[in-house]
Amino acid sequence: MSEPVLEISGLRKYFDVDRSRGGGKVYAVDGVDLSIGPGEMVGLVGESGSGKSTVGKCVVRLLEPTAGSIKIHGRDVTHLRQRSLRHLRRQVHMVFQDPHSSLNPRMQVGAVVAEPLRMHRIARGKDLTRRVDEMLERVGLGPEMRSRYPHELSGGQRQRVGLARSLVLEPSLLIADEPVSALDVSVQASIINLLLDLQRDMGFSCLFIAHDLAAVEFLCNRVAVMYLGRIVEESSREELFKHPRHPYSQSLLSAIPLPDPPVQRERKRVVLTGDIPSPVNPPSGCHFHTRCPVAELPLCRDRDPELIAHHGQGHRTACHLVHADGTAPDITKGAGPLVHHET
Amino acid sequence: MARLEVEDLHVRFDTDEGQTLAVNGVSFSVEPGEVLALVGESGCGKSMTAMATMGLLPPAASRSGSIRLEGREISGLSGREMRRILGREISMIFQEPMTSLNPVFTVGYQIGEVLRRHEGLSRKKARLRAIELLDLVRIPAADRRVDEYPHQMSGGMRQRVMIAMAVACNPKVLLADEPTTALDVTIQAQILDIVRDLQHQLDTSVVMITHDLGVVADIADRVVVMYAGHVVETGAVDELFASTQHPYTLGLLGSVPRPDLVLADVQGRLAEIPGMVPTLHEPPTECVFAPRCPRVSDDCRTEMPRLAETAPGQWAACVHPGVARAHPTEVVLP
Repeated sequence: MSEPVLEISGLRKYFDVDRSRGGGKVYAVDGVDLSIGPGEMVGLVGESGSGKSTVGKCVVRLLEPTAGSIKIHGRDVTHLRQRSLRHLRRQVHMVFQDPHSSLNPRMQVGAVVAEPLRMHRIARGKDLTRRVDEMLERVGLGPEMRSRYPHELSGGQRQRVGLARSLVLEPSLLIADEPVSALDVSVQASIINLLLDLQRDMGFSCLFIAHDLAAVEFLCNRVAVMYLGRIVEESSREELFKHPRHPYSQSLLSAIPLPDPPVQRERKRVVLTGDIPSPVNPPSGCHFHTRCPVAELPLCRDRDPELIAHHGQGHRTACHLVHADGTAPDITKGAGPLVHHET
Repeated sequence: MARLEVEDLHVRFDTDEGQTLAVNGVSFSVEPGEVLALVGESGCGKSMTAMATMGLLPPAASRSGSIRLEGREISGLSGREMRRILGREISMIFQEPMTSLNPVFTVGYQIGEVLRRHEGLSRKKARLRAIELLDLVRIPAADRRVDEYPHQMSGGMRQRVMIAMAVACNPKVLLADEPTTALDVTIQAQILDIVRDLQHQLDTSVVMITHDLGVVADIADRVVVMYAGHVVETGAVDELFASTQHPYTLGLLGSVPRPDLVLADVQGRLAEIPGMVPTLHEPPTECVFAPRCPRVSDDCRTEMPRLAETAPGQWAACVHPGVARAHPTEVVLP
């Protein structure tokens, strides 16, 4: 296999809690290993508070990791200083969730897209204008957009500008942090299609961070599920969506309502009780044991499960109850379709 | 008799750029114990419809049309008369629980307020009833949580407090405006279960406003699809999803990636609806969806089509209604 574009190993990021709020640490990311090959789209999913965005921010070095290492094309960038970061900034770019707050309201669209080219002294003058126009065209915006301000654009157009800015340097890795979740359904579809097209044309690798599993399934080759700072399951898209093994992945998939009424009514679903625990004081052992419908105490409470490979290539699960041959506990056992309880 | 009947509802805003027509002749009704979903994208007028029904429009808005609660006209009531109904006979859950709860009062006080006002309960009794209600919406350790402030709770908890407050007086109609949009899927599933349970236990009629077609499929009995302030399609949930008639509804369904579909080797594309939702400043002289519609023809440009029955109980406002498959990779699991 060719050299991975991104290689994360043992990544940890802790934040200090203010002493007036009781002190301690937020264990936002607590040991994450993940790699992305050339041209691969990897989905990182989880609920809010799972640490998925923190992973993304560490990769682009908006945050400095507490421990572990991040390698881009084999080069360790974990603790690079300002000057050496410049090189990283050419290769890795990020698209943010909220296109309203991630564009400078005082800059015209043309200037927003041109800025990376100017900063890296790649183009100027006519060449600069030409490349900006090209990039705008690629994301489906006409050259007349160049002189518009962000407030004149719709949410979908703004997100297109965000994509244009991130991709104008033709980076080898794009970190997309919930790029569609602030948009309307029909606009989401067009941005997802666009991302798919751009990836095919330009061939960048992508870490797609989302809580929307449906979008991830549509876009990504591989998916990693995070819960409280750790990856609990990682596998190919087909495996994860057809045969999720970790109880958390199973319940996450079963919680998404499907837009098909008869199917949705008859589905076996497991509704987790309670909220995701606080990352300030994560549960011992398997972080999920407090909400897990099949947890076996004291095993799951006392021992950390490791993310180990089961059943074929590249399917990794961190659960004591998943056996080496890939057999996993069925959390829907005993649970029926939840709509039919009007007895 | 229908619990709630809304007929020919119009909402207009006076803005600097002249009039904006937010809701244009919307009619629907909800039967006892029924869940009706109002579906559409932002700007389609679904929230305004709910606000107008509750009489909670901002001063710049004007409303016309008829709103009947169990046959009684409530659109002409004064603010004082309306306050006697709100929270007791018809109540609402809002999208953002953080901004709709008062940060300086305990949740118990805020739930109790409804009971003290409408049912004249004493402070002490209201607090006890608040604990019962928190229990009903499955908040653990309700007797301790009742004295907490909103900021001490998670988003899902707060939304449950909102629900407890809304159902405190056992209302006949509950309007829920995107109650799960800000929440994670596992919490969303909890909230939908609670709403479903309450609706069964208390026989409440629910109007669920949402843009999420999965939520609609999960909880609704009937659906109203809105676009640019108009109802474009309505019908029973199964029929509406199985034999969708309006091209806008088809577009909406096609633009959602489906996790349950068998993964085809060749990935298709999601259906896109080109263009944007228009803002109407004057009554439309053509079908409001015509500029974005794949089926558009000259006869769409003469007037806004009225709702017409395409099958028993299913109505669409379209010159060219009809079933077509929107999803390119659609292969349904056995």
